[in-house]
Amino acid sequence: MELVTPGIGLIFWMTLSFGLLLFVLTKFAWKPIMSMLKEREKSIEEALHEADKARDEMKQLQAHNVELLNQAKEERDAILKDARQIREKLIEEAREKAGREYNRLIESAQEAIKNEKMSAITELKNEIATLSIEVAERLIRERLTSAEKQDVLVQKLINEIKIN
Amino acid sequence: MKRTLKQALSQLVPYRALLLAGIMISTVVQGEPALQQNHLSSEQEAFAAGEMIVDHVVDAHEWHIAVVGHTHITIPLPIILWHNGQLYSFSSSNFHHGNDAYRGFRLMSEGPYKGKVVNVINGSDGKEVINPILPLDFSITKNVLSVFMSSLLIAILFIIIAKNYKRTRGHAPKGIQSLFEPLIIFIRDDIAKASIGHHYERFTPYLLTIFFFIFLNNLLGLIPFFPGGANVTGNISVTAVLALFTFAITTISGNKAYWKHIFNAPGVPWWLKLPVPLMPIVELVGVFTKPFVLMVRLFANITAGHIIILGFMSLIFIFGNMNPFTGYGVSVVSVVFAIFMGLLECLVALIQAYVFTLLSAIYFGMATEEHHG
Repeated sequence: MELVTPGIGLIFWMTLSFGLLLFVLTKFAWKPIMSMLKEREKSIEEALHEADKARDEMKQLQAHNVELLNQAKEERDAILKDARQIREKLIEEAREKAGREYNRLIESAQEAIKNEKMSAITELKNEIATLSIEVAERLIRERLTSAEKQDVLVQKLINEIKIN
Repeated sequence: MKRTLKQALSQLVPYRALLLAGIMISTVVQGEPALQQNHLSSEQEAFAAGEMIVDHVVDAHEWHIAVVGHTHITIPLPIILWHNGQLYSFSSSNFHHGNDAYRGFRLMSEGPYKGKVVNVINGSDGKEVINPILPLDFSITKNVLSVFMSSLLIAILFIIIAKNYKRTRGHAPKGIQSLFEPLIIFIRDDIAKASIGHHYERFTPYLLTIFFFIFLNNLLGLIPFFPGGANVTGNISVTAVLALFTFAITTISGNKAYWKHIFNAPGVPWWLKLPVPLMPIVELVGVFTKPFVLMVRLFANITAGHIIILGFMSLIFIFGNMNPFTGYGVSVVSVVFAIFMGLLECLVALIQAYVFTLLSAIYFGMATEEHHG
Protein backbone atom coordinates (compact mmCIF):
# COMPACT_ATOMS: atom_id res chain seq x y z
CA MET A 1 0.00 0.00 0.00
CA GLU A 2 2.89 2.31 0.70
CA LEU A 3 3.78 1.98 -2.98
CA VAL A 4 0.75 3.99 -4.08
CA THR A 5 0.33 6.36 -1.14
CA PRO A 6 1.81 9.75 -1.85
CA GLY A 7 3.89 11.08 1.03
CA ILE A 8 3.54 14.72 2.01
CA GLY A 9 7.27 15.18 2.59
CA LEU A 10 8.31 13.98 -0.83
CA ILE A 11 5.52 15.97 -2.48
CA PHE A 12 6.67 19.09 -0.65
CA TRP A 13 10.36 18.69 -1.48
CA MET A 14 9.65 17.58 -5.01
CA THR A 15 7.40 20.59 -5.69
CA LEU A 16 10.01 22.89 -4.20
CA SER A 17 12.99 21.45 -6.05
CA PHE A 18 11.21 20.88 -9.34
CA GLY A 19 9.75 24.39 -9.24
CA LEU A 20 13.18 25.78 -8.51
CA LEU A 21 14.73 23.66 -11.24
CA LEU A 22 12.09 24.84 -13.71
CA PHE A 23 12.75 28.45 -12.77
CA VAL A 24 16.53 28.18 -12.89
CA LEU A 25 16.62 26.23 -16.13
CA THR A 26 14.11 28.52 -17.82
CA LYS A 27 16.06 31.60 -16.84
CA PHE A 28 19.61 30.41 -17.25
CA ALA A 29 19.46 27.57 -19.73
CA TRP A 30 16.38 27.29 -21.94
CA LYS A 31 15.91 30.99 -22.72
CA PRO A 32 19.51 31.53 -23.89
CA ILE A 33 19.63 28.14 -25.64
CA MET A 34 16.38 28.80 -27.47
CA SER A 35 17.39 32.29 -28.50
CA MET A 36 20.81 31.08 -29.67
CA LEU A 37 19.22 28.25 -31.64
CA LYS A 38 16.80 30.67 -33.20
CA GLU A 39 19.57 33.09 -34.00
CA ARG A 40 21.63 30.36 -35.58
CA GLU A 41 18.71 29.03 -37.57
CA LYS A 42 17.98 32.55 -38.74
CA SER A 43 21.56 33.09 -39.78
CA ILE A 44 21.60 29.74 -41.59
CA GLU A 45 18.41 30.63 -43.36
CA GLU A 46 19.78 34.01 -44.31
CA ALA A 47 22.98 32.42 -45.52
CA LEU A 48 20.98 29.98 -47.64
CA HIS A 49 18.89 32.81 -48.96
CA GLU A 50 21.99 34.77 -49.83
CA ALA A 51 23.50 31.72 -51.47
CA ASP A 52 20.34 31.44 -53.56
CA LYS A 53 20.58 35.07 -54.46
CA ALA A 54 24.23 34.70 -55.33
CA ARG A 55 23.39 31.67 -57.45
CA ASP A 56 20.73 33.67 -59.28
CA GLU A 57 23.15 36.51 -59.82
CA MET A 58 25.71 34.05 -61.02
CA LYS A 59 23.17 32.65 -63.45
CA GLN A 60 22.36 36.13 -64.69
CA LEU A 61 26.03 36.86 -65.01
CA GLN A 62 26.54 33.66 -66.88
CA ALA A 63 23.66 34.47 -69.20
CA HIS A 64 25.19 37.88 -69.71
CA ASN A 65 28.54 36.29 -70.37
CA VAL A 66 27.02 33.96 -72.92
CA GLU A 67 25.37 36.94 -74.56
CA LEU A 68 28.62 38.81 -74.59
CA LEU A 69 30.38 35.79 -75.97
CA ASN A 70 27.79 35.45 -78.70
CA GLN A 71 28.11 39.10 -79.53
CA ALA A 72 31.84 38.78 -79.64
CA LYS A 73 31.55 35.76 -81.87
CA GLU A 74 29.24 37.62 -84.22
CA GLU A 75 31.59 40.54 -84.25
CA ARG A 76 34.51 38.26 -84.90
CA ASP A 77 32.62 36.60 -87.73
CA ALA A 78 31.76 39.98 -89.20
CA ILE A 79 35.34 41.12 -88.87
CA LEU A 80 36.58 37.92 -90.42
CA LYS A 81 34.09 38.29 -93.23
CA ASP A 82 35.18 41.85 -93.82
CA ALA A 83 38.78 40.82 -93.68
CA ARG A 84 38.15 38.07 -96.13
CA GLN A 85 36.39 40.48 -98.45
CA ILE A 86 39.18 42.98 -98.08
CA ARG A 87 41.72 40.30 -98.69
CA GLU A 88 39.91 39.13 -101.78
CA LYS A 89 39.59 42.66 -102.95
CA LEU A 90 43.24 43.29 -102.29
CA ILE A 91 44.20 40.15 -104.10
CA GLU A 92 41.94 41.07 -106.95
CA GLU A 93 43.36 44.54 -107.09
CA ALA A 94 46.86 43.19 -106.86
CA ARG A 95 46.15 40.74 -109.53
CA GLU A 96 44.67 43.43 -111.72
CA LYS A 97 47.56 45.69 -111.00
CA ALA A 98 49.98 42.90 -111.70
CA GLY A 99 48.18 42.13 -114.93
CA ARG A 100 48.34 45.74 -115.93
CA GLU A 101 51.97 45.95 -115.02
CA TYR A 102 52.63 42.78 -116.93
CA ASN A 103 50.90 44.10 -119.94
CA ARG A 104 52.70 47.36 -119.58
CA LEU A 105 56.00 45.57 -119.22
CA ILE A 106 55.32 43.36 -122.17
CA GLU A 107 54.25 46.32 -124.16
CA SER A 108 57.35 48.26 -123.26
CA ALA A 109 59.46 45.19 -123.90
CA GLN A 110 57.88 44.74 -127.22
CA GLU A 111 58.45 48.35 -127.95
CA ALA A 112 62.03 48.05 -126.83
CA ILE A 113 62.44 44.98 -128.94
CA LYS A 114 60.89 46.76 -131.83
CA ASN A 115 63.16 49.75 -131.31
CA GLU A 116 66.16 47.47 -130.99
CA LYS A 117 65.09 45.63 -134.08
CA MET A 118 64.64 48.88 -135.90
CA SER A 119 67.97 50.15 -134.77
CA ALA A 120 69.54 46.83 -135.62
CA ILE A 121 67.96 46.93 -139.03
CA THR A 122 69.16 50.49 -139.46
CA GLU A 123 72.59 49.48 -138.35
CA LEU A 124 72.48 46.52 -140.68
CA LYS A 125 71.42 48.74 -143.45
CA ASN A 126 74.22 51.09 -142.64
CA GLU A 127 76.62 48.17 -142.41
CA ILE A 128 75.33 46.81 -145.68
CA ALA A 129 75.70 50.23 -147.14
CA THR A 130 79.22 50.51 -145.77
CA LEU A 131 80.02 47.01 -147.00
CA SER A 132 78.53 47.77 -150.35
CA ILE A 133 80.61 50.89 -150.50
CA GLU A 134 83.62 48.86 -149.39
CA VAL A 135 82.88 46.22 -152.04
CA ALA A 136 82.45 48.88 -154.53
CA GLU A 137 85.64 50.47 -153.39
CA ARG A 138 87.53 47.15 -153.59
CA LEU A 139 86.02 46.50 -156.95
CA ILE A 140 87.07 49.83 -158.15
CA ARG A 141 90.47 49.43 -156.44
CA GLU A 142 91.07 46.13 -158.22
CA ARG A 143 92.24 46.75 -161.48
CA LEU A 144 89.66 45.62 -163.68
CA THR A 145 91.76 43.71 -166.17
CA SER A 146 89.37 41.45 -167.68
CA ALA A 147 85.79 40.84 -167.81
CA GLU A 148 86.30 37.34 -166.41
CA LYS A 149 88.27 38.60 -163.53
CA GLN A 150 85.64 41.14 -162.89
CA ASP A 151 83.05 38.47 -162.92
CA VAL A 152 85.09 36.26 -160.59
CA LEU A 153 85.73 39.15 -158.29
CA VAL A 154 82.11 40.17 -158.25
CA GLN A 155 81.18 36.55 -157.61
CA LYS A 156 83.72 36.31 -154.84
CA LEU A 157 82.53 39.53 -153.24
CA ILE A 158 79.00 38.46 -153.49
CA ASN A 159 79.91 35.22 -151.72
CA GLU A 160 81.72 37.14 -149.06
CA ILE A 161 78.64 39.21 -148.46
CA LYS A 162 76.64 36.04 -148.16
CA ILE A 163 79.02 34.69 -145.57
CA ASN A 164 78.65 37.89 -143.63
CA MET B 1 -6.77 -3.43 0.42
CA LYS B 2 -4.43 -4.93 -2.13
CA ARG B 3 -7.31 -6.19 -4.21
CA THR B 4 -8.72 -2.71 -4.56
CA LEU B 5 -5.28 -1.40 -5.41
CA LYS B 6 -4.93 -3.98 -8.08
CA GLN B 7 -8.33 -3.15 -9.51
CA ALA B 8 -7.60 0.56 -9.41
CA LEU B 9 -4.33 -0.01 -11.21
CA SER B 10 -5.80 -2.27 -13.82
CA GLN B 11 -8.34 0.40 -14.70
CA LEU B 12 -5.81 3.13 -15.08
CA VAL B 13 -2.47 1.95 -16.25
CA PRO B 14 -1.91 1.41 -19.93
CA TYR B 15 -1.75 -2.00 -21.41
CA ARG B 16 1.88 -2.96 -20.98
CA ALA B 17 2.26 -1.55 -17.51
CA LEU B 18 -1.00 -3.13 -16.51
CA LEU B 19 0.26 -6.53 -17.45
CA LEU B 20 3.54 -6.19 -15.62
CA ALA B 21 2.23 -4.41 -12.59
CA GLY B 22 -0.62 -6.88 -12.32
CA ILE B 23 1.67 -9.88 -12.37
CA MET B 24 4.11 -8.34 -9.96
CA ILE B 25 1.59 -7.16 -7.43
CA SER B 26 0.02 -10.57 -7.36
CA THR B 27 3.48 -12.03 -6.72
CA VAL B 28 3.84 -9.66 -3.83
CA VAL B 29 0.46 -10.70 -2.51
CA GLN B 30 1.26 -14.37 -2.79
CA GLY B 31 4.77 -13.89 -1.48
CA GLU B 32 3.79 -12.68 1.93
CA PRO B 33 1.96 -15.64 3.46
CA ALA B 34 4.76 -17.89 2.26
CA LEU B 35 7.24 -15.68 4.01
CA GLN B 36 5.31 -15.82 7.27
CA GLN B 37 5.21 -19.57 7.12
CA ASN B 38 8.94 -19.63 6.61
CA HIS B 39 9.37 -17.43 9.63
CA LEU B 40 7.33 -19.81 11.71
CA SER B 41 8.87 -23.03 10.46
CA SER B 42 12.54 -22.23 10.42
CA GLU B 43 14.84 -20.38 12.78
CA GLN B 44 17.22 -19.23 10.09
CA GLU B 45 16.57 -16.02 8.18
CA ALA B 46 14.44 -17.00 5.22
CA PHE B 47 14.50 -14.94 2.07
CA ALA B 48 11.29 -12.96 1.56
CA ALA B 49 11.12 -11.93 -2.08
CA GLY B 50 8.01 -9.75 -1.86
CA GLU B 51 9.29 -7.81 1.10
CA MET B 52 12.71 -7.35 -0.46
CA ILE B 53 11.23 -6.08 -3.71
CA VAL B 54 8.89 -3.61 -2.04
CA ASP B 55 11.68 -2.41 0.25
CA HIS B 56 13.82 -1.69 -2.80
CA VAL B 57 11.08 0.10 -4.69
CA VAL B 58 9.69 2.38 -1.99
CA ASP B 59 11.26 5.42 -0.36
CA ALA B 60 13.49 5.10 2.74
CA HIS B 61 14.80 7.25 5.56
CA GLU B 62 18.35 6.07 5.07
CA TRP B 63 20.30 5.26 1.98
CA HIS B 64 21.10 1.58 2.21
CA ILE B 65 24.22 0.62 0.30
CA ALA B 66 25.20 -2.91 1.30
CA VAL B 67 25.17 -5.51 4.03
CA VAL B 68 28.52 -6.92 5.05
CA GLY B 69 28.04 -9.85 7.42
CA HIS B 70 25.44 -8.43 9.79
CA THR B 71 26.40 -4.77 9.46
CA HIS B 72 24.29 -2.54 7.25
CA ILE B 73 26.28 0.09 5.41
CA THR B 74 23.96 3.05 5.05
CA ILE B 75 24.09 6.78 4.55
CA PRO B 76 22.03 8.35 7.35
CA LEU B 77 19.65 11.03 6.14
CA PRO B 78 18.12 13.94 8.05
CA ILE B 79 14.72 13.42 9.66
CA ILE B 80 12.50 16.49 9.74
CA LEU B 81 9.17 16.15 11.51
CA TRP B 82 6.30 18.47 12.30
CA HIS B 83 4.39 17.18 15.28
CA ASN B 84 2.01 18.96 17.66
CA GLY B 85 3.07 22.33 16.34
CA GLN B 86 6.73 21.62 16.89
CA LEU B 87 9.55 21.01 14.46
CA TYR B 88 11.94 18.14 15.12
CA SER B 89 15.07 17.49 13.12
CA PHE B 90 17.80 14.95 13.71
CA SER B 91 19.78 12.31 11.89
CA SER B 92 18.13 9.05 10.98
CA SER B 93 21.13 7.22 12.42
CA ASN B 94 19.57 7.84 15.84
CA PHE B 95 16.93 5.24 15.01
CA HIS B 96 19.60 2.55 14.53
CA HIS B 97 17.72 1.09 11.55
CA GLY B 98 14.46 1.07 13.47
CA ASN B 99 15.78 -0.62 16.57
CA ASP B 100 15.62 2.42 18.86
CA ALA B 101 13.22 5.23 19.58
CA TYR B 102 14.57 8.77 19.62
CA ARG B 103 12.92 11.87 21.14
CA GLY B 104 9.62 10.07 21.22
CA PHE B 105 9.77 8.88 17.61
CA ARG B 106 10.39 5.50 16.16
CA LEU B 107 11.03 4.31 12.61
CA MET B 108 8.77 1.29 12.18
CA SER B 109 10.34 -1.71 10.49
CA GLU B 110 7.21 -3.83 10.39
CA GLY B 111 3.50 -3.70 10.96
CA PRO B 112 0.95 -1.41 9.36
CA TYR B 113 3.21 1.65 9.76
CA LYS B 114 6.21 -0.07 8.19
CA GLY B 115 8.74 2.44 6.88
CA LYS B 116 7.05 5.37 8.58
CA VAL B 117 8.19 7.50 11.47
CA VAL B 118 5.62 7.36 14.27
CA ASN B 119 5.20 9.06 17.60
CA VAL B 120 5.41 6.62 20.49
CA ILE B 121 3.89 7.25 23.87
CA ASN B 122 4.60 5.29 27.00
CA GLY B 123 1.40 3.47 27.82
CA SER B 124 0.02 2.92 31.31
CA ASP B 125 1.54 -0.55 31.56
CA GLY B 126 5.02 0.73 30.59
CA LYS B 127 4.80 -0.59 27.06
CA GLU B 128 5.21 1.65 24.01
CA VAL B 129 2.00 2.63 22.32
CA ILE B 130 1.88 4.16 18.83
CA ASN B 131 0.19 7.54 18.67
CA PRO B 132 -2.48 7.25 15.97
CA ILE B 133 -1.80 10.87 14.95
CA LEU B 134 1.21 10.52 12.67
CA PRO B 135 3.77 13.33 12.56
CA LEU B 136 4.04 15.22 9.26
CA ASP B 137 7.18 13.80 7.76
CA PHE B 138 9.27 16.34 5.82
CA SER B 139 12.43 14.24 6.06
CA ILE B 140 15.09 14.37 3.43
CA THR B 141 14.48 10.79 2.37
CA LYS B 142 16.38 8.77 -0.20
CA ASN B 143 14.11 9.99 -2.98
CA VAL B 144 14.22 13.62 -1.83
CA LEU B 145 18.01 13.54 -1.77
CA SER B 146 18.00 11.88 -5.17
CA VAL B 147 15.68 14.58 -6.55
CA PHE B 148 18.02 17.23 -5.14
CA MET B 149 21.05 15.59 -6.68
CA SER B 150 19.51 15.02 -10.07
CA SER B 151 18.04 18.53 -10.14
CA LEU B 152 21.44 19.95 -9.36
CA LEU B 153 23.00 17.75 -12.01
CA ILE B 154 20.48 18.84 -14.65
CA ALA B 155 20.84 22.50 -13.66
CA ILE B 156 24.63 22.38 -13.87
CA LEU B 157 24.58 20.38 -17.10
CA PHE B 158 22.24 22.71 -18.96
CA ILE B 159 23.76 25.90 -17.61
CA ILE B 160 27.09 24.64 -18.96
CA ILE B 161 25.41 23.87 -22.26
CA ALA B 162 23.84 27.34 -22.32
CA LYS B 163 27.32 28.81 -21.74
CA ASN B 164 28.59 26.70 -24.63
CA TYR B 165 25.88 28.17 -26.80
CA LYS B 166 26.97 31.67 -25.87
CA ARG B 167 30.58 30.79 -26.63
CA THR B 168 29.93 29.17 -29.99
CA ARG B 169 27.40 31.84 -30.93
CA GLY B 170 26.39 31.48 -34.56
CA HIS B 171 28.63 28.47 -35.10
CA ALA B 172 28.18 24.71 -35.15
CA PRO B 173 27.61 23.05 -31.74
CA LYS B 174 30.59 21.48 -29.99
CA GLY B 175 31.12 18.72 -27.42
CA ILE B 176 28.36 18.08 -24.90
CA GLN B 177 26.26 20.74 -26.58
CA SER B 178 26.04 18.68 -29.76
CA LEU B 179 25.01 15.62 -27.71
CA PHE B 180 21.94 17.37 -26.32
CA GLU B 181 21.08 19.64 -29.20
CA PRO B 182 19.24 16.96 -31.21
CA LEU B 183 17.08 16.18 -28.15
CA ILE B 184 16.39 19.84 -27.46
CA ILE B 185 15.48 20.47 -31.09
CA PHE B 186 13.40 17.29 -31.17
CA ILE B 187 11.39 18.45 -28.16
CA ARG B 188 11.00 21.93 -29.55
CA ASP B 189 10.07 20.94 -33.10
CA ASP B 190 8.46 17.52 -32.90
CA ILE B 191 6.79 17.78 -29.51
CA ALA B 192 6.14 21.45 -28.74
CA LYS B 193 5.70 22.91 -32.21
CA ALA B 194 3.85 19.88 -33.56
CA SER B 195 1.37 19.51 -30.67
CA ILE B 196 0.89 23.08 -29.48
CA GLY B 197 1.33 24.99 -32.68
CA HIS B 198 1.28 28.75 -32.57
CA HIS B 199 1.97 29.39 -28.85
CA TYR B 200 4.62 26.72 -28.48
CA GLU B 201 7.38 29.03 -27.27
CA ARG B 202 5.67 29.68 -23.93
CA PHE B 203 5.68 25.97 -23.06
CA THR B 204 9.03 24.76 -24.40
CA PRO B 205 11.00 25.52 -21.21
CA TYR B 206 8.60 23.42 -19.14
CA LEU B 207 8.53 20.59 -21.68
CA LEU B 208 12.32 20.53 -21.88
CA THR B 209 12.58 20.52 -18.09
CA ILE B 210 10.18 17.62 -17.55
CA PHE B 211 11.69 15.64 -20.38
CA PHE B 212 15.23 15.85 -19.07
CA PHE B 213 14.12 15.52 -15.44
CA ILE B 214 12.18 12.33 -16.12
CA PHE B 215 14.75 10.92 -18.52
CA LEU B 216 17.71 11.49 -16.20
CA ASN B 217 15.89 10.19 -13.13
CA ASN B 218 14.71 7.13 -15.06
CA LEU B 219 18.31 6.41 -16.01
CA LEU B 220 19.65 7.12 -12.51
CA GLY B 221 17.01 4.75 -11.15
CA LEU B 222 18.50 1.97 -13.26
CA ILE B 223 21.93 2.32 -11.68
CA PRO B 224 21.84 -0.12 -8.78
CA PHE B 225 24.20 1.70 -6.35
CA PHE B 226 24.69 4.97 -4.58
CA PRO B 227 24.43 7.99 -6.86
CA GLY B 228 21.54 6.25 -8.60
CA GLY B 229 19.34 3.52 -7.28
CA ALA B 230 16.55 5.64 -5.83
CA ASN B 231 13.29 4.83 -7.55
CA VAL B 232 12.42 8.50 -8.08
CA THR B 233 10.22 8.40 -11.17
CA GLY B 234 8.69 5.17 -9.90
CA ASN B 235 7.41 6.98 -6.84
CA ILE B 236 3.81 8.11 -6.96
CA SER B 237 4.53 11.37 -5.09
CA VAL B 238 7.09 12.45 -7.67
CA THR B 239 4.92 11.58 -10.65
CA ALA B 240 1.97 13.23 -8.90
CA VAL B 241 3.89 16.49 -8.58
CA LEU B 242 4.95 16.33 -12.23
CA ALA B 243 1.38 15.63 -13.31
CA LEU B 244 0.12 18.46 -11.07
CA PHE B 245 2.51 20.87 -12.77
CA THR B 246 1.12 19.83 -16.16
CA PHE B 247 -2.42 20.10 -14.80
CA ALA B 248 -1.78 23.55 -13.32
CA ILE B 249 -0.19 24.87 -16.51
CA THR B 250 -3.01 23.42 -18.64
CA THR B 251 -5.67 24.94 -16.41
CA ILE B 252 -3.99 28.35 -16.17
CA SER B 253 -3.34 28.64 -19.89
CA GLY B 254 -6.77 27.30 -20.93
CA ASN B 255 -8.45 29.84 -23.18
CA LYS B 256 -12.13 30.63 -23.73
CA ALA B 257 -12.53 27.99 -26.41
CA TYR B 258 -11.08 25.34 -24.07
CA TRP B 259 -13.54 26.06 -21.27
CA LYS B 260 -16.38 26.38 -23.74
CA HIS B 261 -15.46 22.99 -25.12
CA ILE B 262 -15.69 21.55 -21.60
CA PHE B 263 -18.91 23.15 -20.40
CA ASN B 264 -20.76 23.61 -23.65
CA ALA B 265 -19.12 21.43 -26.25
CA PRO B 266 -20.05 22.54 -29.74
CA GLY B 267 -21.50 19.93 -32.06
CA VAL B 268 -23.05 17.88 -29.25
CA PRO B 269 -26.86 17.42 -29.21
CA TRP B 270 -28.58 19.64 -26.63
CA TRP B 271 -30.20 16.75 -24.78
CA LEU B 272 -26.78 15.57 -23.70
CA LYS B 273 -26.27 18.90 -21.94
CA LEU B 274 -29.54 20.31 -20.73
CA PRO B 275 -31.67 18.35 -18.29
CA VAL B 276 -28.72 16.27 -17.11
CA PRO B 277 -25.35 17.85 -17.95
CA LEU B 278 -23.89 14.56 -19.08
CA MET B 279 -21.25 15.85 -21.50
CA PRO B 280 -19.99 18.65 -19.25
CA ILE B 281 -19.55 16.10 -16.45
CA VAL B 282 -17.69 13.71 -18.72
CA GLU B 283 -15.48 16.54 -19.99
CA LEU B 284 -14.84 17.84 -16.49
CA VAL B 285 -13.87 14.38 -15.28
CA GLY B 286 -11.58 14.19 -18.30
CA VAL B 287 -9.78 17.31 -17.15
CA PHE B 288 -8.77 15.49 -13.97
CA THR B 289 -8.19 12.02 -15.41
CA LYS B 290 -5.62 13.35 -17.89
CA PRO B 291 -3.03 14.32 -15.26
CA PHE B 292 -4.04 11.32 -13.16
CA VAL B 293 -3.22 8.99 -16.04
CA LEU B 294 0.07 10.82 -16.59
CA MET B 295 0.93 10.21 -12.95
CA VAL B 296 0.00 6.54 -12.94
CA ARG B 297 1.56 5.73 -16.30
CA LEU B 298 5.02 6.94 -15.40
CA PHE B 299 4.87 5.49 -11.89
CA ALA B 300 3.62 2.09 -13.03
CA ASN B 301 6.00 1.74 -15.96
CA ILE B 302 9.11 2.54 -13.99
CA THR B 303 8.09 0.61 -10.90
CA ALA B 304 7.08 -2.41 -12.95
CA GLY B 305 10.50 -2.49 -14.60
CA HIS B 306 12.23 -2.32 -11.23
CA ILE B 307 9.99 -5.02 -9.79
CA ILE B 308 10.71 -7.37 -12.68
CA ILE B 309 14.48 -6.97 -12.40
CA LEU B 310 14.28 -7.46 -8.64
CA GLY B 311 12.03 -10.46 -9.24
CA PHE B 312 14.67 -12.10 -11.40
CA MET B 313 17.27 -11.40 -8.73
CA SER B 314 14.97 -12.86 -6.06
CA LEU B 315 14.65 -16.08 -8.05
CA ILE B 316 18.36 -16.73 -7.48
CA PHE B 317 17.92 -16.55 -3.70
CA ILE B 318 14.63 -18.42 -3.63
CA PHE B 319 16.22 -21.31 -5.50
CA GLY B 320 19.45 -20.88 -3.55
CA ASN B 321 17.52 -21.40 -0.33
CA MET B 322 16.29 -24.73 -1.64
CA ASN B 323 19.68 -25.89 -2.81
CA PRO B 324 22.79 -23.74 -3.40
CA PHE B 325 23.49 -25.42 -6.74
CA THR B 326 20.02 -24.70 -8.06
CA GLY B 327 20.69 -21.13 -7.06
CA TYR B 328 23.87 -21.00 -9.14
CA GLY B 329 22.05 -22.60 -12.06
CA VAL B 330 19.17 -20.18 -11.89
CA SER B 331 21.53 -17.22 -11.50
CA VAL B 332 22.70 -17.62 -15.09
CA VAL B 333 19.15 -17.44 -16.42
CA SER B 334 18.25 -14.64 -14.00
CA VAL B 335 21.22 -12.52 -14.97
CA VAL B 336 20.49 -12.96 -18.66
CA PHE B 337 16.86 -11.94 -18.14
CA ALA B 338 17.88 -9.07 -15.88
CA ILE B 339 20.27 -7.78 -18.54
CA PHE B 340 17.51 -8.02 -21.10
CA MET B 341 15.14 -6.16 -18.78
CA GLY B 342 17.82 -3.59 -18.02
CA LEU B 343 18.22 -2.85 -21.72
CA LEU B 344 14.47 -2.73 -22.11
CA GLU B 345 14.29 -0.31 -19.19
CA CYS B 346 16.83 1.96 -20.84
CA LEU B 347 14.44 2.14 -23.76
CA VAL B 348 11.45 2.59 -21.45
CA ALA B 349 13.32 5.40 -19.66
CA LEU B 350 13.44 7.34 -22.90
CA ILE B 351 9.98 6.35 -24.09
CA GLN B 352 8.26 7.28 -20.83
CA ALA B 353 10.04 10.63 -20.70
CA TYR B 354 8.93 11.20 -24.29
CA VAL B 355 5.35 10.10 -23.65
CA PHE B 356 4.98 12.28 -20.55
CA THR B 357 6.36 15.28 -22.43
CA LEU B 358 4.32 14.61 -25.54
CA LEU B 359 1.05 14.19 -23.62
CA SER B 360 1.74 17.33 -21.61
CA ALA B 361 2.34 19.17 -24.87
CA ILE B 362 -0.89 17.77 -26.33
CA TYR B 363 -2.84 18.95 -23.26
CA PHE B 364 -1.29 22.41 -23.59
CA GLY B 365 -2.17 22.34 -27.24
CA MET B 366 -5.80 21.53 -26.38
CA ALA B 367 -5.89 24.34 -23.83
CA THR B 368 -4.55 26.97 -26.20
CA GLU B 369 -6.11 25.82 -29.46
CA GLU B 370 -8.06 28.51 -31.27
CA HIS B 371 -11.46 27.37 -32.47
CA HIS B 372 -12.54 29.11 -35.57
CA GLY B 373 -16.22 29.59 -36.28
